[in-house]
Amino acid sequence: MADALGSGATSAPALTDAHLDRIAARRDVNAYINVTGEMAKVAAATAAQSRDLPLAGIPIAIKDNITVEGVPCTCGSRMLEHWIAPYDAAVVERLKSAGAVILGKTNCDEFAMGSSNENSYFGPVQNPNAPGRVPGGSSGGSAAAVADFQAAAALGSDTGGSVRLPAAFCGVVGLKPTYGAVSRWGLVAFASSLDQVGVLGRTVDDTRRVFEVIRGYDPKDSTSMRDIPVEPIPETLTIGLPREYYGDGLDPEVRRAVTGTAQALQAAGHRLVDVSLPNSPYTIAAYYIICCAEASANLARYDGVKYGYRSASTQDLSSMYGRTRSEGFGMEVKRRILLGTYVLSAGYFDAYYATAQKVRARIAADFTDAFKTIDCLLTPTAPTCAFKLGEKLDDPLAMYLMDIYTTSVNLAGLPAISIPCGRSSAGLPIGAQIIGRPFEENLILSLASEVEERVGGSNNVS
Amino acid sequence: MKSDSPYEPVIGLEVHAQLATRSKIFCGCSTTFGADPNSHACPVCLGLPGALPVLNREAVEFAIRLILAVGGQVSERSVFARKNYFYPDLPKGYQISQFDVPIGQGGSVEFVCDLHSAHKVQVGLIRIHLEEDAGKSLHNEDPADDSTLVDVNRCGVPLLEIVSKPEIRSPRDASLYLQQMHQILQYLGICTGNMEEGALRCDANVSIRPAGSTVLGTRTELKNMNSFRAVERALSVEIGRQTELVRDGQLIRQETMLWDEKSQTVHPMRSKEESSDYRYFPDPDLLPLQISSSWVDSVRASLPELPMARAARLAAQYGIPDYDASVLTETRELADYYEQTVAVFTDGKKASNWIMTEVLRILKEKSIGISSFPVRPEHLGQLLATVSDGTISGTAAKTVFEQMVVTGKSPKDIVTEGGFAQISDGTMLGHLVDRVLDENQDQVATYRSGNQRVLAFFVGQVMKNSKGKANPQRISELLKERLDRS
Repeated sequence: MADALGSGATSAPALTDAHLDRIAARRDVNAYINVTGEMAKVAAATAAQSRDLPLAGIPIAIKDNITVEGVPCTCGSRMLEHWIAPYDAAVVERLKSAGAVILGKTNCDEFAMGSSNENSYFGPVQNPNAPGRVPGGSSGGSAAAVADFQAAAALGSDTGGSVRLPAAFCGVVGLKPTYGAVSRWGLVAFASSLDQVGVLGRTVDDTRRVFEVIRGYDPKDSTSMRDIPVEPIPETLTIGLPREYYGDGLDPEVRRAVTGTAQALQAAGHRLVDVSLPNSPYTIAAYYIICCAEASANLARYDGVKYGYRSASTQDLSSMYGRTRSEGFGMEVKRRILLGTYVLSAGYFDAYYATAQKVRARIAADFTDAFKTIDCLLTPTAPTCAFKLGEKLDDPLAMYLMDIYTTSVNLAGLPAISIPCGRSSAGLPIGAQIIGRPFEENLILSLASEVEERVGGSNNVS
Repeated sequence: MKSDSPYEPVIGLEVHAQLATRSKIFCGCSTTFGADPNSHACPVCLGLPGALPVLNREAVEFAIRLILAVGGQVSERSVFARKNYFYPDLPKGYQISQFDVPIGQGGSVEFVCDLHSAHKVQVGLIRIHLEEDAGKSLHNEDPADDSTLVDVNRCGVPLLEIVSKPEIRSPRDASLYLQQMHQILQYLGICTGNMEEGALRCDANVSIRPAGSTVLGTRTELKNMNSFRAVERALSVEIGRQTELVRDGQLIRQETMLWDEKSQTVHPMRSKEESSDYRYFPDPDLLPLQISSSWVDSVRASLPELPMARAARLAAQYGIPDYDASVLTETRELADYYEQTVAVFTDGKKASNWIMTEVLRILKEKSIGISSFPVRPEHLGQLLATVSDGTISGTAAKTVFEQMVVTGKSPKDIVTEGGFAQISDGTMLGHLVDRVLDENQDQVATYRSGNQRVLAFFVGQVMKNSKGKANPQRISELLKERLDRS
């Protein structure tokens, strides 16, 4: 698309108008919470004057938990339905400076908590590949918008798989960068030690171009890191297949597609190695303890005092807090706040939070050990393909298990990418995950390009 | 505590000192006191969604200064933690503080109990940690409108919490400890120490036990003491309350008590305002704070001389009593003033006397600090030198000084313009003396007949004729010369 713009085959305003038309025609997908059409048109007109910028005129969607100045930032929650962000997130500032056109804010699970995008106050998002099925979450709106040509690319956030899972379900590319590679300034916090802004694109190249713009050190985020030098990418890679990621619970069609991808890479000259990440069985437990603990504090600020929703029926301070939070938050958010409050409580802290942190360190050590002999890991992104809307709503544990292959990456702070690697017999997209060493985004992007070439791209609906 | 009580108080103080950094601890907002409500606010200190804290290096440096000054240990690695509780003036719903790994540990504070006896007391410190201040809730006192407003200007102002060991044994010592801490913080230039503005605040943990026992009794926490005096009074009242309870065979409840300055009483805080479980955990938005030994060394090298050391030096170097040295070192600025004065006029004791009487009197009258005092120390030194070399009389000096206070002019200018100089010139004085002798031949005869007491009469006459400007010593000399000559 950037090439088409560069060659003058189309103009930035025309491209933006085409996307706005598509968004309007496809409201039933419910990919967007707010569309910023007027702002986008102004940006497109400006971009037409500055074609040499890296993303000049490229229409991009922003997950609605990332701030854009002057635009509501709802986080998919009633709590922030009317809150207008007074500042740009660092990533948005960088996109704007690179000439990108921001189309609007995409639907997501409330405060990014969910794996199906069904936890949004603004209703679920439809999977554009298969209406009636979930797009995956929590960046479901971003993945659906990209898959459905309602945006050229989109920003999402990934705390435990929230970019990669919807990318897999919607048949697009989803990159979760190294923790610290992209500034979190302006990303509304869910679990600060795990959150990272990620990119969704229809091709690896699109994804890389957006990532190149948003990455980099930011003094406003204390956890942001300066690039560390990495080794040049070897021509032949040693790819680890962690056996714990191919065990029980993995859908046979997904297994076949991911294993087939591995074989295709082997045929191309790469080496496959069986490896073990022995602490994998404890990943989901450690992840949910840590993310809920952090969320319980991060979401304490939504108290009805300063901004956001305030219950109309309050008598005193205590009832203002209680009712505001009862009415303003949805079920899943409340469940996680309660869980997080519990695991940090006196008497339970050591058994839960402190133990989870020890497990986290061991999970990270598993990866460090594995990376001594391999260059990257290849796994399924999710155990199944996109499931039906409502199918897992009554079973939070089954829902949490959707994150079984993605959360370890966040616990270890590693970069990972989900790349389409085929379709099920029902035509549903399947994603493969490539996990790399810290700051080796280039390596996993390059391998993802090979998968794209050899196994076939996203072949999306259009 | 009265010495005849069979109980001994055990007191530990928690001091909160606002650091006088230019900007807040986690954002660039100003820390200036007294601005319009909510004018020093940004996404960070307002706790807006998506905002992140970034640690202020100056706040860390100030913390290191205090830790080194009290002989504590600067932690190579310390951790910021979230202290979770709901309150409207706490925008994020948690306070960023330090919990199990504070920036400073140990150290002690020494103070003199009685300026005249030089008896010293040492109180050990448990820990010193960095945290952010909360905002202010402004409760409407209009009964028709019970709303509360929040001012976030104070949110994020850096605080040092300094926790003493329970080694303080009397309300008086508690107050002296706090005064010493106040003095150290001011010497280090890291806190204004203004208690009325809340720049220095203090809570106390207090219990009593039978004198000589080593077991600790149930303690209460005492809050809302806003002056040194209030600390002493509140502790006395609380110790009295606890003593009565124990005497009556009742149990002391572990609770938080509030000091009421108006009624000079303590009463329990409503239990609703207390939180039982703060659920501390490391703040994932901030990396552990690493402090290099070279940073610590450079701070150590730049530490100013501390009050007790300076007092000892002043006493030795300028030959002044310990009492004078203590008074003069009460603030760094006053001690600087003294030393700048003696740099011009080297008689330390005379300079000390003048500052302790005349200068401090005027500061008190005008309720100002030495930094706002209009007379520059070198001018004061010049004034004292002028008295000493006989240019003006001691009496005239007081008048000159008053004018210096009003005008800020140098003593030289005032002496010249006001004609305050003593006449010491022999010729001029000779004329005056001759005139008086001529006009009073009878008394001259009396003197010469052996009654030398009339000399005082002659001196008085000359002084009168000179309108007080003649140097009385020179007059005596000249009179004697003439009267004794023939």
